[in-house]
Amino acid sequence: MNRKPSLAESIASHLVLVVAVAFALYPVLWVVSLAFSGARPPEARVFPVPHDPTLAHLEAVVLSTKKVGDETIYLFARQALNSILVATATAAAGVLIAIPTSYALARFRFVGKEAGVRSLLATQMFPTVASAIPLYLLLDYLGLLNSRTGLVVCYASTSVPFAIFQLRAVFESIPVDLEEAAMVDGATRFQAFLKVALPAARPAIAVTALFAFMSAYNEFILAATLLGKEEMFTLPVLLQSYIGEYDAQWERFAAGALIVSLPVMALFYVAQRHLVSGLTSGGVKG
Amino acid sequence: MASVKVTGLNKRFGDTHVLKGVSVEVPDGAFAVLVGPSGCGKSTLLRLLAGLEEADEGHIFLGDRDVTRLEPRERDIAMVFQSYALYPHLTVRENLAFGLKLRKTPAAEIDKRLGEASEMLGLGPLLDRYPKALSGGQRQRVAMGRAIVRRAQLFLFDEPLSNLDAALRAQVRVDIRKLHDRLGATSVYVTHDQVEAMTLADVLFVLNKGVVEQAGPPLEIYAHPRTKFVAGFLGSPAMNFLEARLEQRDGQWMAALGRDARGVQVALDAEAFGEELQAGRRVMLGVRPHDVELSQDGSGAALEVSIVEALGVESLAYGTLAGAHFVARLEPTAKVGKGETVRILFRHVHLFDADTGLSLRAPAKKA
Ligand SMILES: Nc1ncnc2c1ncn2[C@@H]1O[C@H](COP(=O)(O)OP(=O)(O)OP(=O)(O)O)[C@@H](O)[C@H]1O
Ligand SMILES: [Mg+2]
Repeated sequence: MNRKPSLAESIASHLVLVVAVAFALYPVLWVVSLAFSGARPPEARVFPVPHDPTLAHLEAVVLSTKKVGDETIYLFARQALNSILVATATAAAGVLIAIPTSYALARFRFVGKEAGVRSLLATQMFPTVASAIPLYLLLDYLGLLNSRTGLVVCYASTSVPFAIFQLRAVFESIPVDLEEAAMVDGATRFQAFLKVALPAARPAIAVTALFAFMSAYNEFILAATLLGKEEMFTLPVLLQSYIGEYDAQWERFAAGALIVSLPVMALFYVAQRHLVSGLTSGGVKG
Repeated sequence: MASVKVTGLNKRFGDTHVLKGVSVEVPDGAFAVLVGPSGCGKSTLLRLLAGLEEADEGHIFLGDRDVTRLEPRERDIAMVFQSYALYPHLTVRENLAFGLKLRKTPAAEIDKRLGEASEMLGLGPLLDRYPKALSGGQRQRVAMGRAIVRRAQLFLFDEPLSNLDAALRAQVRVDIRKLHDRLGATSVYVTHDQVEAMTLADVLFVLNKGVVEQAGPPLEIYAHPRTKFVAGFLGSPAMNFLEARLEQRDGQWMAALGRDARGVQVALDAEAFGEELQAGRRVMLGVRPHDVELSQDGSGAALEVSIVEALGVESLAYGTLAGAHFVARLEPTAKVGKGETVRILFRHVHLFDADTGLSLRAPAKKA
């Protein structure tokens, strides 16, 4: 039953919500305030309000340029493009390779299946940093240093196995009955996969792709190691460069961080329906 | 529509020999029921008919087509799964149309068949819902509808009622039979519920451990079970079995109950058993709970009653008779209490060989 809450109840519940949101947002508000502050704020202030408000930092981040050969390029736009291309390609490669692999692992019996899965798992035991130097040498040898392709290959080496493990569990949770019913109904084996198993797994696939995108979009260490030229940087490397070298430009870092967060927020907003159902139930019920 | 003929079907899963030379014949338009205990291979046989498993040996004919090696989609069969297997990402309407679209049926024809099926099954208000928004009974009806619209040669049902509550099950059982009478489609129906088996079947196949123990019209099988297994499986409460030995006294054949010869004697109808009656032969005497009555004159076998279930239309007395468990159906008016010993008479008995379990009834009377 839906009873209309009284005014007092309504005010009380909103108060609680405001406090909860403020608690969660407080650090973010600090970043926002920093990004728009014209002068360095005095130490340790309680309320995150911009000091001497300005858009100068945003402009500095977005409009910085660099001369490459004869051309002047907007660095930030180029780096944002790098980030988005790399993250999208990583997610796409992860999901496209993982879907057929995980489906086969979930549905078919074949020689070497368990051994294959175990060696796939073994490759994931080592943190990426441990292989940063060999990867550097390898990409150098292949001429893929300082390239988006090289970075995608490195990222996919983690995103693909992870997606395979995720999606294998998802396909295993989809009842075989569904595909058998489809085959009796007139589908070929492949159509049963395409028209029944795949749509049933779609929410989970979206979640897997989103996570692959985010981890590539956020990754720093490999990107910093493998990308030497500014115009090839991804956004995390750019952000680090603001605070890395001589003096820390925290305001610029904050301004950059805000812009960098926008695509992720947009993605979450678009995907939230999938996320909720995908995370709770794997998307499928018999 | 088409008849079904299965010959010498064998199926193994690794070391488990699940179907051992099964042969089945279902006439065109008949409703066949496969019944048997859990694990006897009913689902496996059905899946072989559907083409979801491959036979190791034997043949499957649909009409005069040998479909043994055909893919499921090439067989023109519709199947209702125990889990219903409704496509979760499609609405009821799309679920129904799925198979027709795959077969490139014209849209007008799809609409027509969907209309007919949803009218038959009362699916109209559900057409735009997703399966997760349906009750168990509604899902069951959608699964039936998805089979009906296909107008396939053969309908397969794998325990379609086992997920419904008892009241609904009785109702849907009747609906399924009505639907079959209306459509006239050859059907093979799997169940381990012997009430479904008895009420639905034109022809019944009793499976046990991968072998068809008996085939025929249900009442025929009920009246003349060919083996002790079949006798014990059909009928509720189940048939009572008592160890006995055959004897002849003054020209009258008798079964002496219990191991010692001094127990109760049951007179036998020599004509029904013929040559099988040999003095000293060890047998199992089978008595259905419904084939007994209270003795009025103190003759008959003594039943020590331990529990009486009064069901209104009848009373069931559970107890011990000649050292074995025994259930007797009594008139609801019978005044029999716990702990009493009553004398009962057997109106009709079955005899089975103690070792092979085969019925001793003369061949002429076999199904
Ligand atoms: N894919 C399989 N692999 C191995 N063994 C199987 C497989 N399918 C079935 N079996 C075995 O075959 C036997 C018969 O199984 P089946 O499912 O046909 O039984 P059933 O008569 O339908 O039983 P129930 O009434 O419980 O559904 C069982 O012992 C089962 O364990
Ligand atoms: Mg079964």
